[in-house]
Amino acid sequence: MSVQSQVTGRTAGGATATTSRRRLYRGEALTALFFILPSLIGFTVFYAVPAIRGLWISFTNWDLLRPAKFIGIENYVKLFQDKEFWNALSVTVYYVLLNIPLQTVLAMIIAVMMYRLTKSMVIRALIILPWLMPPVVVGLIWLWLLDPNIGIVNVALKALGLPMIAFLGLPQWAMPSIAMINIWEYVGYTALLIFAGLQSIPGSVYEAASIDGASESQTFWKVTVPLLRPVLVFVVVTSVIGSFQIFDTIAITTKGGPVNATKVMNWYIYEQAFSRFNMGYATTISIILFAILIFVSMVQMRIMRAGESDM
Amino acid sequence: MTTQVQTAYRPKRAFPWGRTLAWIAMALLLFVTLFPFWWMIRTALTSSKAIFLDTSSLLPVQFTLINFQRVLGLVDPQTAIALGGSGQSINFGRSILNSVIVSVIVVTGQVTFSAMAAYAFARLRFPFRDTLFAIYIAALMVPGIVTTIPNFILVRQLQLLNTYIGIAAPTLLMTPFAVFFLRQFFLGVNREVEEAARIDGASIWVSFVRVVVPMTIPALTTLAIVTLINTWNNYLWPLIVGSDESVRVLTVALGIFRSQTPQGSPDWTGLMAGTTLAIIPTFIIFMLLGRRILDSIQFTGFK
Repeated sequence: MSVQSQVTGRTAGGATATTSRRRLYRGEALTALFFILPSLIGFTVFYAVPAIRGLWISFTNWDLLRPAKFIGIENYVKLFQDKEFWNALSVTVYYVLLNIPLQTVLAMIIAVMMYRLTKSMVIRALIILPWLMPPVVVGLIWLWLLDPNIGIVNVALKALGLPMIAFLGLPQWAMPSIAMINIWEYVGYTALLIFAGLQSIPGSVYEAASIDGASESQTFWKVTVPLLRPVLVFVVVTSVIGSFQIFDTIAITTKGGPVNATKVMNWYIYEQAFSRFNMGYATTISIILFAILIFVSMVQMRIMRAGESDM
Repeated sequence: MTTQVQTAYRPKRAFPWGRTLAWIAMALLLFVTLFPFWWMIRTALTSSKAIFLDTSSLLPVQFTLINFQRVLGLVDPQTAIALGGSGQSINFGRSILNSVIVSVIVVTGQVTFSAMAAYAFARLRFPFRDTLFAIYIAALMVPGIVTTIPNFILVRQLQLLNTYIGIAAPTLLMTPFAVFFLRQFFLGVNREVEEAARIDGASIWVSFVRVVVPMTIPALTTLAIVTLINTWNNYLWPLIVGSDESVRVLTVALGIFRSQTPQGSPDWTGLMAGTTLAIIPTFIIFMLLGRRILDSIQFTGFK
């Protein structure tokens, strides 16, 4: 409305313009319906209804063969007693803890390095190359590189006189290896986001800092990092959400093994739904995963925002 | 502006050693980033017998193109088994075609319909506009797996399992991200040009197609690239709704191929030939439109 009157105000001969404008927008709602209808159908059928239906399915016992039977909160009760669920949760959290801190710190270092050394488009482009590839491909390449016998990593370890390691075959090594693979895949992308954040900091801020005699590390910690906070919040929150949902890399490499060492939430849900056909229970776990993500994101936002008073 | 930033942030005293060290770190980073790709290609071009003979040669051992022919189904089963393959008919040619079909369907549909919706949200006035948009945005936060299972059940009930349309359906008409992304751009389009077109008697649809779309081609292209890459890379959804060979996309085909261990160990040379084929299209897009991809990441942090 305000925009309309603003525009009208600029036109000479206000009254007639307004009338013609009214006529112009008559039936606008109908046109709008035509514009949004396809997306509205897509949204309703594949987002809204499934979300609600998922909630309902989680209260049923459904194997797709017999009709779904309403069983109340039985699935939710079962979940709390299910050792495999708790294993999946702890394995997932372990993965997130291995993945996020190292990835964020490395990305930060890479971003600063790029910022200081070069504006080269080519280098930036090469660095995000792994992220553009299908995770399935990345998983396969690393499965081969990390092969216990003839993978190049182990061949190199052997050449250096170090013991060879079945990276993806040993419970204690599997998850760190998966985390490493995914850091390789995502660190360049994360670095690029941070790099964009660095570029958006005005040079005058640094000039002021150097006039005030700030050392380089002081400038970094007291100027760069606080000004980068919004970007860092975005990067950390979204990558944590993404990490909690890791699936492809594990589906291609370890399939949850060895001995459940990499059976993350999404893999467990997949297994419940598509190997054991427990649709109800699988959906229950997915809803709990959603709840966990909301909780984790809120906590992160609070923590990262809490520091704002520092600056 | 940017050059100014750089000079300002550069230390006053010269640190040639620090810079040298940083360049070495950068070279190391690039090596770690690129080496796996080289090793993939090197293995794909190595004879399957030879990968056990020489495990460390940086160049292909007994150079051959037979692995590519093998995974494209151009070699008869007996020969394939003799070469370390599974002997099962592996036809990546078919999977590449399937991936292309699904991607084209999704990109065309999603970009068109999301653009229409985004334009309505950015420009037109209708009841519950902002509420509806807020609901779309809220859906961005729902993890994929929550809707995946009900969507699978739906597609199954509609008897669309193992069809292209079943694979494409959930992302065909919109994604919340696509609508959100394009709305941002449409909001930035100069309103007066549109107004002029309208006053000249153009309908909303005509002014959208003739004025707004041409002005936002870069944004639409960016979305098309993002959608293409996401569709091409997608694994879980096509795995559960389209594992049949007739519609099997590349990622699913690779997953199945990986599970076959013909002679005790995976068919590495064949697998690497398959992965090489799988990333060629990504690589081509990347060479042609790399700059646009970079800009869009820096602009939105898309994913």
